[in-house]
Amino acid sequence: MSSPGPEQTREQIAVRDGNAVEIAPGVHWIGAFDPGLRNFDMILRTANGTTYNAYAVRGSDGVALIDTVKAELADDFFARLEQVATLDEIRVIVLNHLEPDHTGALPELLRRAPQARLIISKRAPAMLKALLKPTEDQFDYELVDTGDEISLGDRRLRFLNTPYLHWPDTQCTYLVEQQVLFSGDVFGCHYCDPRLFNDRVGDFRFSFDYYYAHIMRPFKAHVRDALKLIEPLPLKLIAPAHGPVLRERPRRYVTRYRELSSSGGSFDQSFDQPFDAGDQPASLIIFYLSAYGSTTRMAEAVQAGAESVPGLRVSLYDLEGGEIAPFVDLIEQADALAFGSPTVNGDAVKPIWDLLSSLVGISLRGKIGAAFGSYGWSGEAVPMIEDRLRGLKLRVPVPGLRLKLTPTASELDNCRDFGRQIAEAMTGDANPPDTAKRVIDFAELSPYPEAGASSSKLATRSEP
Amino acid sequence: MAKAKVTFQDIDQTVNVPAGIRVIDVSEKIGAGIIYGCREGDCGTCMMHVVEGWNNLTEPSVLEEKVLRENMASRHDRLACQAQIIGDCTVKPA
Repeated sequence: MSSPGPEQTREQIAVRDGNAVEIAPGVHWIGAFDPGLRNFDMILRTANGTTYNAYAVRGSDGVALIDTVKAELADDFFARLEQVATLDEIRVIVLNHLEPDHTGALPELLRRAPQARLIISKRAPAMLKALLKPTEDQFDYELVDTGDEISLGDRRLRFLNTPYLHWPDTQCTYLVEQQVLFSGDVFGCHYCDPRLFNDRVGDFRFSFDYYYAHIMRPFKAHVRDALKLIEPLPLKLIAPAHGPVLRERPRRYVTRYRELSSSGGSFDQSFDQPFDAGDQPASLIIFYLSAYGSTTRMAEAVQAGAESVPGLRVSLYDLEGGEIAPFVDLIEQADALAFGSPTVNGDAVKPIWDLLSSLVGISLRGKIGAAFGSYGWSGEAVPMIEDRLRGLKLRVPVPGLRLKLTPTASELDNCRDFGRQIAEAMTGDANPPDTAKRVIDFAELSPYPEAGASSSKLATRSEP
Repeated sequence: MAKAKVTFQDIDQTVNVPAGIRVIDVSEKIGAGIIYGCREGDCGTCMMHVVEGWNNLTEPSVLEEKVLRENMASRHDRLACQAQIIGDCTVKPA
């Protein structure tokens, strides 16, 4: 199917002319449909577009707005807003997070309703300033944290601080009396269907899981923290910032987040490793590619060296023989990664970069990285991979190892030593407790030693 | 040239460095757990906690103070890309 732009089909025009929709007593959906969108933020495909959900909550003491829409669709938002409230009735504007697809209409809204007070999370001020920039007039805001409430007279908004779902400033807003959770991007998905409610729209389960996998998965520990706040709430309805409004069995979606944040990618929870809980060995995965077998031999020697350290499970994969997606799942669960690549025309080879540019969906923080490889002329691949690993926030405690063309027996010894050093960095044996405190001289920290040179570049000396 | 010792507590590693060098220039090379983003004192990613010797780092600039405040830094937190080592100190990721 071709990708129609906005306003191309009769159905899309009908959607754009739509009305505000009451989703609970005194609560209206005033968002915008974006059926023509086929790609979101460069990382998500959106086969039937998306919605930007904004809401208006009417209390006896004024109107609260929850989020806005992206700038291009501001007209739709204001048209729907004006059906349910006048601008001077708006008392507060709650921003569940400040991403531009939900704050695009904010500058215009602040111009039209200058009396409205912004309600943002405690992590949001710096981002708000960056978003509105100093050209905007001075604006007033109030910071809220978990448990804080704002009264609209006969109803209250209570806030849940849920950082990193998926922005640092993310919060959820709970309408206490109606048991409605305005969840921001949490429980959202890119799925555009003007029927709006989860029991009316098409089957969006794929979109729901796909959205989680690309937006929330890097922050799964934070998802579990947020669920501790959300799960105890009585829930009649979840009103997320994208996709269908979840009025039928809303708790099912909370349970789904619990399931997704507890499992490791495509590995089903029931597919356990053959180890008891708490007895799981640290996992090192070695990925390599080889043109003439030299880097293969290095990889095998690195594996042998690492396996000489007890308490470790080492896996060896030729990148030529695998798909990216399952490797990403493996990497998410690994403790350390080593990449072996030859150097071709001054660069590491493409399958390495393909894999290393596919890790945006998982958290790599705290993992250990390492690089090695054989080369013919210049050997740039190893330092380039190490730079990329550091850029991905891995630690690279063992300097990379490279050798020219065919490995000799002593160079393979160095490869085994390299593997052992990685393993020791993983198991914490790198600093034997019986020696005096290690002190390295800064000048010794040459990052790219040759394999043939002294293998112990982390040369240490004892304190006098 | 004056020397100083910086210890990265998370990896229990001490490095002898020439005085005046920025913490990030050492932590990167040694593979300590401090992570970095813009490297220009703007994003706050490289925030670290100074365990010992906080007055052996250069004073934070007005801009660094601002970024620390915005990132809700606690006492003795600094940006590794801004703080220069002038004496012995111990740091760890914030």
